[in-house]
Amino acid sequence: MRVALFLTCVNDTLYPDTGRAVVKLLTRLGVEVDFPMAQTCCGQAHYNTGYRHEAEPLARHFSDVFGEYEAIVTPSGSCGAMVRELYPRMGERARAEGRGNTLAATLAPVIPKTYELTEFLVDVLGVTDVGAYYPHHVTYHPTCHGLRGLGLADRPRRLLQAVKGLELAELPGADECCGFGGTFALKNSDVSAAMGADKVRNAESTGAEVLCAADNSCLMHIGGTMARLSTGMRPVHIAEILASTEEEPAR
Amino acid sequence: MSGTFVGMPAFPKAAHEAVHNSTLRGNLRHATHTIRAKRANAVAEVSDWAALREAGKQIKDHTLRHLDRYLVQLEESVTAAGGTVHWAADAEEANRIVTRLVKETGESEVVKVKSMATQEIGLNEALEEEGIRAYETDLAELIVQLGKDRPSHILVPAIHRNRGEIRDIFAREMSEWGRPAPDGLTDTPAELAEAARLHLREKFLRAKVGVSGANFMVAETGTMVVVESEGNGRMCLTLPETLISVVGIEKTVPTWQDLEVFLQTLPRSSTAERMNPYTSMWTGTTNSETADGPQTFHLVLLDNGRTDTLADEVGRQALRCIRCSACLNVCPVYERAGGHAYGSVYPGPIGAILSPQLRGTDSEIDSSLPYASSLCGACYEVCPVAIDIPEVLVHLRERVVEGGQVTREGNKVVLKPAKGHVAERAAMRAARWAFARPGVLRTGQRLASRTRRLHPRSLPGPGKAWSDSRALPALPSEPFRDWWQRTRGGSGKDGGK
Ligand code: SF4
Repeated sequence: MRVALFLTCVNDTLYPDTGRAVVKLLTRLGVEVDFPMAQTCCGQAHYNTGYRHEAEPLARHFSDVFGEYEAIVTPSGSCGAMVRELYPRMGERARAEGRGNTLAATLAPVIPKTYELTEFLVDVLGVTDVGAYYPHHVTYHPTCHGLRGLGLADRPRRLLQAVKGLELAELPGADECCGFGGTFALKNSDVSAAMGADKVRNAESTGAEVLCAADNSCLMHIGGTMARLSTGMRPVHIAEILASTEEEPAR
Repeated sequence: MSGTFVGMPAFPKAAHEAVHNSTLRGNLRHATHTIRAKRANAVAEVSDWAALREAGKQIKDHTLRHLDRYLVQLEESVTAAGGTVHWAADAEEANRIVTRLVKETGESEVVKVKSMATQEIGLNEALEEEGIRAYETDLAELIVQLGKDRPSHILVPAIHRNRGEIRDIFAREMSEWGRPAPDGLTDTPAELAEAARLHLREKFLRAKVGVSGANFMVAETGTMVVVESEGNGRMCLTLPETLISVVGIEKTVPTWQDLEVFLQTLPRSSTAERMNPYTSMWTGTTNSETADGPQTFHLVLLDNGRTDTLADEVGRQALRCIRCSACLNVCPVYERAGGHAYGSVYPGPIGAILSPQLRGTDSEIDSSLPYASSLCGACYEVCPVAIDIPEVLVHLRERVVEGGQVTREGNKVVLKPAKGHVAERAAMRAARWAFARPGVLRTGQRLASRTRRLHPRSLPGPGKAWSDSRALPALPSEPFRDWWQRTRGGSGKDGGK
């Protein structure tokens, strides 16, 4: 199976390790991965900040770049939700503005075949044991757009439970937002920081050394808070845990 | 809306204090987490919850689509049952009508059932100006009124107060308003409730005029419905000779059968009860043969921005709201910012989408409310009428930054983009331009990587909002795309190192 990796602009720029981990993991599972070099950004930040019209060219570009692939895999719950939940809405809104069906038709092909990574593993490849090894004490934070947007439910946890050596701790208040929320983190930084600090305190209470999530944007906020609060915990993307093996262990 | 909120600062500024007030944070955290868990259990008991939620949504949507027709039917039914219907386009008109009606009775005090609509229009203040005293009779409203405070929650307006604070307010203020608090009052719930009961009983037995809102108005019969927990509502609705109800036009439902849905979803969503203790229904006045209400009944139908809201395709879903407050109780932003920061009698997620629609987005507070959310979606998940609050928030953000056509007092007007978003708009355009050109993005990434040792640990300007509480991520030595191009994902020349 040949799939396109939609890494997202944030991961491409700031978290290349996550990208390398996805490639390593999928290759190990027999999937042929391509990274279309023309990819940029899905438009989520524009859309959610109120710049829907600025997001439209980015959505069209996304569709141009990825339209030909059998499946599109992304290691980001929120960017996955952008394509699957909000692209259809962008099409509808354009129609409601009297601009016809063009945008909806352009975006239609990519919508059903875009998968968040854990979804792709569990639903498309049908695996929960990906042969990973990660001898660490981990707690898992289900990010909002993965949990409530895409409905990832227990997929990530099933994957983590099958990892050899990994000890999984329940995170208290797991389904509460970490406070990132894109531009919310800047526009309402007091509330955002308070939410982040509560999330980190809950994570600390588990005694885990690693907080894992399926979205680096939230991890950037949680990890940044951990560093400021000097917790000694570290944020790790789930792809890096699932890619880790006994031969080539991740730290 | 209420005059007490005029000139509120923008949400982030108002929230700043609350976030750093540890008593308030503790009170809110305890209260919201308790009710949150209870609601989840009460809802989990109902096997057809999803179907009830969908039915509630559809009944409301249907009614709103044909609101013109149902309102006329409602007026006919109420009139036939002996009541009098008044139409109020805005808060001022509604206040004028109610004041006149009270004056016509010759009375100078009224007892009130907890009502969001009368708070929205600032009725108590308007009556006060005309020398009429309005007594709130809901326990939490009483606490707010005695404390000269503002409500911070739809259902539990004094949620920001703890028992000790309530004791102090009772001991200090009750004598000003009527029967004083008993000597040696402690902060045990039973004693506080008894003090309130004694204080209020005097008012119930004396009052000749009651003022209420309504949770539902049944168009086919003209029946008003009030659901409550304390019994104070039942007293206000049955003891006075004259009853004046101020109700938002969106509270209409077509038939009694429709109540079947909401009387299941509302109590479970709001107080986590299977059924609320008191459901009062009355139709017109006792004078009419078919009816069972007070001797005189006036219904004031309130628009106050609702018709304008109805004109907006995306925003109109806010009018489905049955004011259960479940969205407040699950909201992580409400929990930390508190209700007052929302600058309206409607706080929390529903307030963030309702106030900027009912009042417009001109003021500092109203144009900042659509941003008072991380878009986590917890509100949408619990809403018993499936209002997609994040969708409306994003829609209103668009209205703030792009402007566009809206309806104001029935007229179509075109809004200009709000001031204060100039730099952001430019940044968004620039980002869009760069993202449409992979080469530009790449150049930027490389430049950043090459200069990464020079990057500061904290940021100036708007970036300070980030780096004050969060460390900045370290930049990698190369972006993913460069690694990919060098190695084709590990199969290239340097083996993916
Ligand atoms: S928006 Fe929904 S959850 Fe919030 S108060 Fe209204 S009905 Fe309840």
